[in-house]
Amino acid sequence: MTKKKMKRQILISVLIAVGTNLVLAVETKGPGLGHVVSPGEIATWDISVFPNGEGLPKGEGNVKDGEELYKGKCIACHGENGLGTASGDQLAGAQMGLTSEYPEKTIGSYWPYATTVFDMVRRSMPMTAPGSLTDNETYAVIAYLLYLNNLIDEDEVMDASTLPKVKMPNKDGFINVYEKEKNK
Amino acid sequence: MIKDRINDQCIEENQVAGNGLLDRRLFLKKGLQFGAISTLASSTALASTNSETKTAAADPPWMHVPGKPFSVYGNPSEFEDDVVRFPTQNEMLSGNGVSWTPLHLMEGTITPNGLHYERHHNGVPQIDPKKHRLLIHGLVKKDLIFSIDDLLRYPMQSKICFIECGGNSNAGWNKQPSQSEAGYFNGMASCSEWTGVPLSVLLEEVGLRKKAKWLVAEGADAFAMQMSIPIEKALDDAFLALYQNGERIRPENGYPLRLIVPGWEGVLNVKWLRRLKITNRPIMARNETSRYTELQPSGKARMFTFPMEAKSLITSPSAHMVLKEPSLYQITGLAWSGRGKISKVEVSADAGETWAEAELQEPVLDRSFTRFRLPWHWNGKPTVLKSRAIDETGYVQPERTELVKQRGRHGFFHYNAITNWHVDSDGFVSHVYDKKENETTDSDISIDSGWD
Repeated sequence: MTKKKMKRQILISVLIAVGTNLVLAVETKGPGLGHVVSPGEIATWDISVFPNGEGLPKGEGNVKDGEELYKGKCIACHGENGLGTASGDQLAGAQMGLTSEYPEKTIGSYWPYATTVFDMVRRSMPMTAPGSLTDNETYAVIAYLLYLNNLIDEDEVMDASTLPKVKMPNKDGFINVYEKEKNK
Repeated sequence: MIKDRINDQCIEENQVAGNGLLDRRLFLKKGLQFGAISTLASSTALASTNSETKTAAADPPWMHVPGKPFSVYGNPSEFEDDVVRFPTQNEMLSGNGVSWTPLHLMEGTITPNGLHYERHHNGVPQIDPKKHRLLIHGLVKKDLIFSIDDLLRYPMQSKICFIECGGNSNAGWNKQPSQSEAGYFNGMASCSEWTGVPLSVLLEEVGLRKKAKWLVAEGADAFAMQMSIPIEKALDDAFLALYQNGERIRPENGYPLRLIVPGWEGVLNVKWLRRLKITNRPIMARNETSRYTELQPSGKARMFTFPMEAKSLITSPSAHMVLKEPSLYQITGLAWSGRGKISKVEVSADAGETWAEAELQEPVLDRSFTRFRLPWHWNGKPTVLKSRAIDETGYVQPERTELVKQRGRHGFFHYNAITNWHVDSDGFVSHVYDKKENETTDSDISIDSGWD
């Protein structure tokens, strides 16, 4: 190979290398730095609950225990019988319907899924000490809130199998605008 | 007298719509001799021009002493201490509420980091980045966990885009017009340059399974914010931001990691991001069912209304400002759309009778604040100013009457109607509704609260 030819060969190699790098940059490939996690570890992170009950933990709670917990930990913001205060949402006792001049959006009148209440309380409540309720306590508070909304009887027990079956009056009260627009 | 004649002639020649709206290119015309009114009056308080001030300006004391030394991190001038966010908080829980960006005191399109609006559900977590992780799991081939140091090594992209809370401007649903300053009821919207890792890169590394249709994003705050986002959007333009306007994201805006979902409701741009669960359906979290849904007059509620529709707002002159005298003023404001670029902003100075096209500040960017400006000669008579945005999809920002007719008054979220500023004969600016939509019910319950 002549010197001239060699030079050209090197130049071509460099151009190919640069070209390859450019392609990589455009496709923005990641360097693959994530670490594989075990299902056991994921379980300690994952507290999401689906409407069909997927994600609900073991345990159970009743209305009576829930009432006691509510009066100790929830009533300051959510008021007597879940009627709400300036600081906390009204959760029960809706008098005015959703088509009225002053609609009241409570668990019984508005929330489409009972499981959402569990998910919300377990992750966010009480606001002063989120995550402090045990799973049994969470089930109990949910039982009391559903009872306040006349959605379950006083003696019903809430657990992973009964909670998703609670009939929610406004389950079909929502229009999925995203799906509607997508299917246009 | 001659001056006045020149003025009248200039105004007449350059008028493009009723009541003194002038050609948007007026200030840009090269070598234009605009007679006596070429001096632009300010709609905010003017500096005193008495003789004492004049002497001080000619020979100011700060030219006779050495200035202050360097600073490691700069602050605004002490004379700008009124340019601040305006917090409205839950009385019992100070970390639950919002703080509004003072849009009416700002120019340009980029929101400084210290003025970016905040909406927290339970305070600002003080996260040690060394102890923070992002977990991606669910309908993937490999569940993976990343440290912040890992993510900082990924290829990044920057995007200038606005973030607007779904509840921004919601005082507009009230029967009486809010008299807060423009930013203090429309400033749950801000615009930054965000820099970070495209979500598509990480989703490729975990390997989406065929059934993957949604992802559930979760924050590491005391509320453990959780929101569902369609996988199409995640793969399209969502990214994980580490930087805001060149520096690491501020704690109140999601340090060390924030999900950016350009153009979509602020609540989906999950701050303090710690987990992405890939699923085949939405989780139906509290903030996508009981909140951030819009109750319609039918009793049904709109759900998953992701993009923020086009909106515009005149930031000056606006509520609480005073026009000192009949003169030439610059109408300026912001427009944005969650569906793309702003294509046009029209301004009216005669309560919507006639409209003129405003000048848009280049560059006009996708899903970003767009600054518009238009010269206006105020003749000293009472009038109403309006602006309306049109985006590249052809969507036109609605009048309030139209929006209320479509959606009722109980949707709470997604209020994007035209804002009217009334200028009275003293030049005082206030917020009004169109005459036909002024409702007077004493028993009206105000929904002016920022938090939900």
